[in-house]
Amino acid sequence: MSLLIKGGLVVDPSQHLEDPLDLLVERGKIVALEPPGRIPAEGRRVISASDLVVTPGLVDMHVHLREPGEEYKETIESGTRAAIQGGFTGVACMPNTKPVNDNAAVTRLILDQAKAAGHARVYPVGAVSVGSLGQALSEYGDLKAAGVVAVTDDGRPVSNSMLMRRALEYARTFDLPVISHCEDLDLAADGVMHEGAVSLQLGLKGIPAAAEEVMVYRDLTLARLTGARLHIAHVSTAGSVAIIRLAKAMGLPVTAETAPHYFTLTEEAVLGYNTHAKVNPPLRTEMDVKSIKEAIRDGTLDAVACDHAPHSSLEKEVEFTAAAFGLIGLETSLSLTLKLVHDGALNLSQAIGALSTNPAGILGMPGGTLKAGAPADITLIDLNREWTVDASAFASKSRNCPFNGWTLKGKAVMTIVGGEVVWEEEG
Amino acid sequence: MEFRHKDLLGIADLEPEEISLILDTAASFKEISTRPIKKVPTLRGKTVVTLFYEPSTRTRMSFEIAAKRLSADTLNLTVSASSAVKGETLADTAHNLEAMAPDVLVIRHAASGAPHYLAQRLRCGVINAGDGLHEHPTQALLDLLTVREAKSRLDGLKVAIIGDIAHSRVARSNIYAFTKMGSRVTVAGPATMLPPYLETLGAQVTTSLVEAVRDADVIMMLRLQLERMGQMFLSTLREYSQFFGLAPKHLKLAKEDVIIMHPGPLNRGVEISPEVADGPHSLILEQVTNGVAVRMAVLYFLIGGEKG
Repeated sequence: MSLLIKGGLVVDPSQHLEDPLDLLVERGKIVALEPPGRIPAEGRRVISASDLVVTPGLVDMHVHLREPGEEYKETIESGTRAAIQGGFTGVACMPNTKPVNDNAAVTRLILDQAKAAGHARVYPVGAVSVGSLGQALSEYGDLKAAGVVAVTDDGRPVSNSMLMRRALEYARTFDLPVISHCEDLDLAADGVMHEGAVSLQLGLKGIPAAAEEVMVYRDLTLARLTGARLHIAHVSTAGSVAIIRLAKAMGLPVTAETAPHYFTLTEEAVLGYNTHAKVNPPLRTEMDVKSIKEAIRDGTLDAVACDHAPHSSLEKEVEFTAAAFGLIGLETSLSLTLKLVHDGALNLSQAIGALSTNPAGILGMPGGTLKAGAPADITLIDLNREWTVDASAFASKSRNCPFNGWTLKGKAVMTIVGGEVVWEEEG
Repeated sequence: MEFRHKDLLGIADLEPEEISLILDTAASFKEISTRPIKKVPTLRGKTVVTLFYEPSTRTRMSFEIAAKRLSADTLNLTVSASSAVKGETLADTAHNLEAMAPDVLVIRHAASGAPHYLAQRLRCGVINAGDGLHEHPTQALLDLLTVREAKSRLDGLKVAIIGDIAHSRVARSNIYAFTKMGSRVTVAGPATMLPPYLETLGAQVTTSLVEAVRDADVIMMLRLQLERMGQMFLSTLREYSQFFGLAPKHLKLAKEDVIIMHPGPLNRGVEISPEVADGPHSLILEQVTNGVAVRMAVLYFLIGGEKG
């Protein structure tokens, strides 16, 4: 069955395209991109993309799908359904499941479940250390052969600098990037939000920006020492941005991501002890938000990844100090990033680059492009569709969304994976 | 002026006029405690439940006496942290208590914001008797009353608060309370115990006890929690008392009629020398007396009169 996506504005940063083009898909692959009207419609399913933007399928390189082990929060089925409803054709899932994804058997289970669900593509990320305990290296070669695209101890950051050095060297052996959750656990101590005026006011223990920045600096230095590919996860501070900008100027093989909440919310979202705004790293200040936006614009931050972290009411409907860190984002990430476009902070190509082409490139995925021959992973976006976030209607099993009730502009309306329409907006 | 709150969660939420109203009412209630029969029928038929997740003698007793002097029935529930961890959630405990129809719940909890959490979920009033590092509003009110009685005013006074500001809910509530009433607050302690951004609360900040007490009208010493030593906040008790303990020599730097306060319990010889604690400037026991009066006033405003 061939598919003709007709009349849309194609935005593909991998080819520097932002033009009205028709797109032909056959046997799950992109076959041609032609000026409007050149490709005959006869015998093809025609999808009208008038007034829509057609982009390479969005990729979120940092999500938690909770399966195996915490299926009451999310399953691979529900998490990937949330992904396609948010316009994402691919997600990279973090290894902090129960058991931890530190061996090929867990990786294969994740891939089997993803295939059975049939929604978005899933790219597992393996653990840096066995059990993410920070002691022994896990089997990177085996993991990669099973389908892992990177390694990380996200959520249980590598404290031991020697282990981090060895992880970078061992990962280089197998050409895997190391994704670092930068947090000095001694400095973060038992902090529950950003250390600043609001934590003082609320009497909540703070996590200083320095807890992130000292580890960003450490890991960049180790990347220089080892020559390994380093990717910094969920950058939240202006200081981290400055250090990464410097490292990139020095030519280090480093990439970095941030999450929509770090360019949308500040520490003030915690006021009233709002547990949906409890996230790690914590929401920072206006100055940090400004710096993060600028860093996406100038390419210091390559990717936007939402760090989708589902938790149930058991973890969130409790005292703030007892609540779990994390919020869900797959169904709001695109709209919050498009808000930067509407506000003039980014152009459309920069936004799609951060949501698709760049993360696909960092993890070596086949997507992120609409070039002929690429897998037909495609997202159709209505830039001007206004909608109100209703967490109770999310595909995700969890409801821990600080944007509930917000009215946002811009939304995915169709998601195509491997040439199949896996989701489309009703009505 | 009316008091229109369902709950008392923090001084930060109160207007200066509301604070004055509570203090005036507390002052008038003080007389009840001097009568041969120390009881009035104001809150007869009302039920006050105290729910303490942290150990406390003084504050819990003070609330209980305050409630009893107004003829309310009281029920005290002390929950050890360990059994709370094993057992039901805070919300479930509170809903169970509410099902027994109390009029007000007085809560102390180690988690900042726990009273706010309950106040959002319960119909009955909630009084914060100390939440984590956040606030201890009735302590600040009784401190205001004590100072106002001694000085006949609150505006224009220099108030020094000294010690572990970082971990003190008493310090936070008092910084709000005294600055709202027109006093100038200076806080002092080792920099390890002075959290960043203190000046955003309206306080002057110094690491020198001498600078803080100079020309002070009021010196408030905070209790040093001895476990802070193991957490790298200070080196030795000996050094702490040498640089941040209040001794008679410091009183000479302050105003002649300076008053000395402490929320208790005292670490004699650590943050305050026995000579100062027991000396003529000390109003430490007066604070305890005023605690009952202030809590009577707060209970009265939340559940008293026609509102009930």
